[in-house]
Amino acid sequence: MATPAIEILSLTKDYPLGHWRPGKRRSLDNLSLEVQDGEVFGFLGPNGAGKTTTLKLLMSLIYPTSGTARIRGRSILDVRMHREIGYLPEQPYFYDYLTANELLDYFAQFFGYSAAERRERVARFLEEVGMTQAANVQLRKFSKGMLQRVGIAQAILHDPQVVFLDEPMSGLDPIGRREVRDIILGLKRSGRTVFFSTHVLSDAEMLCDRVGVLVAGKLQGVGAPSEIMSLEVKGMEILADLPAGRELPAPLAAHATAAGQRYRLQVPEADLYAAFDQLRAAGAKILSVTPLRPTLEDYFMRLVENQKAASHAIEVSVR
Amino acid sequence: MIGNIRIVAVNTFREAVRDRVLYNLIFFALLMIGAAIIVGQISIGIERLVIINLGLTAISLFGLGMAIFIGVGLVFKEMDRRTLYTVLAKPIRRWEFLVGKFGGLLLTLAVNTFLMTLGLAAALWYVDRKLSPADANVLTAIYFILLEFALVTALALFFSCFSSPMLSTVFTIGIFITGTFSRDIRDFGALTRSPAMIAFTRAVYYLLPNFHNFNAIAAAGHGDAIPASLVAANSLYAVLYVAVVLLAASAVFAGRNLK
Repeated sequence: MATPAIEILSLTKDYPLGHWRPGKRRSLDNLSLEVQDGEVFGFLGPNGAGKTTTLKLLMSLIYPTSGTARIRGRSILDVRMHREIGYLPEQPYFYDYLTANELLDYFAQFFGYSAAERRERVARFLEEVGMTQAANVQLRKFSKGMLQRVGIAQAILHDPQVVFLDEPMSGLDPIGRREVRDIILGLKRSGRTVFFSTHVLSDAEMLCDRVGVLVAGKLQGVGAPSEIMSLEVKGMEILADLPAGRELPAPLAAHATAAGQRYRLQVPEADLYAAFDQLRAAGAKILSVTPLRPTLEDYFMRLVENQKAASHAIEVSVR
Repeated sequence: MIGNIRIVAVNTFREAVRDRVLYNLIFFALLMIGAAIIVGQISIGIERLVIINLGLTAISLFGLGMAIFIGVGLVFKEMDRRTLYTVLAKPIRRWEFLVGKFGGLLLTLAVNTFLMTLGLAAALWYVDRKLSPADANVLTAIYFILLEFALVTALALFFSCFSSPMLSTVFTIGIFITGTFSRDIRDFGALTRSPAMIAFTRAVYYLLPNFHNFNAIAAAGHGDAIPASLVAANSLYAVLYVAVVLLAASAVFAGRNLK
């Protein structure tokens, strides 16, 4: 069996509550996960769920309390692994005295490229993220969105096999978001593995082969967005036109929104045929009937609500 | 390994230059010009002594200020601003990054000192219209000052791996002052005749860097020869001490969880 691109094995991270306060706060709880080569994996969760902690652990910026992880078969503590990965931190900040050109050239040097190769790569990747015009501007003058684009460029500058992006759409306008989506899809087309965290569910639905949902440090589920969305049918949506002067029967009116004589009704699946009968009796013309499936957002919110109900916080006391 | 250290060092040097750190040279130049003109008018055959003392003291103080105040922020600033995240995601070890930062600041100090040395030489030329062979001692004194900078930078860097710039500054200045007077402290301990005090002051003398040995300003001013054995001993001492401090800093930094 092929080695997974990312293999996370029971990764746990506790933080002390404070210098003088005994006890620990568990930020990540026994996370195990595999991401296969060439997959685009979305890591979803609300703020404070442990997404950034996971990425920082994988980059060895922080160290696990227990557990380990491997990237392309190498331990995360093996510096050679860093040749094969790219990383965009959340809200990246760079040396503001450098220009975009200089920053990327600085990073490219760690991969041993010649000066000519670096020039070519820097120009190519700045173009890819739409920053050619600002190549010689100092980063102190960049907006948040521009920094995000430079951050993406530095993450993919050396053609890494696995790319980690922490909230890559953050701070970007709609055009920027689309460009980042295109970059991620481009990486996927070229066989790269992309692991990105986000709380923008539509992005995950659009881009990901699979998603993992993290709430309060615990992985709640992993699956294809389509699997999660097709779990159940929540109800049926009926679009119908009523003749002028006619009104919707009272039992249906409670489920409807109207725009002139056009009505949009949401009814439970079991009540569908009863609703048809009532609409027919009112002389309505049925335009469409669509099953209502839960979106990733519904799934996500349900998990968050369940988690809140079960526990307000995960805290491990050492007292 | 060396490649990564060099890359970080060059970038650190570039940061210092762009942060206008070398602007201190303007103040040094003004000081030297003013001193040369005034000394040339009022002194009675001790122009060289005054200029050498003043110049070397200024080189030392300007450089120490840079070594401490930039040194304590070298790693802390990178952690605080999170610029470190993207760097450490590249194929570079933490200790390489640390040594690179050290090398970058030392390079900055060396360039700064070199330019100040030119200024001092110009002032000496102005007051005496010649440079004598005894001025080679001035270069030796400057070399000792550079060794002192290396020690102070390493200490500042070490503290910046685990404490705030404010505390690191206090610690570094404290060690510098104690290290400058460590011989006096040891002698004072001997005078007390208390075994505990003698042991304590001896420990201070041997553990803290002995900055007193690096001060050759008076000898250079008077044109006294600085023995080659002292040059060799100071060089070895500085290299070993810096290596130990950087090793300790690397050990602390390697285990740190970045916020």
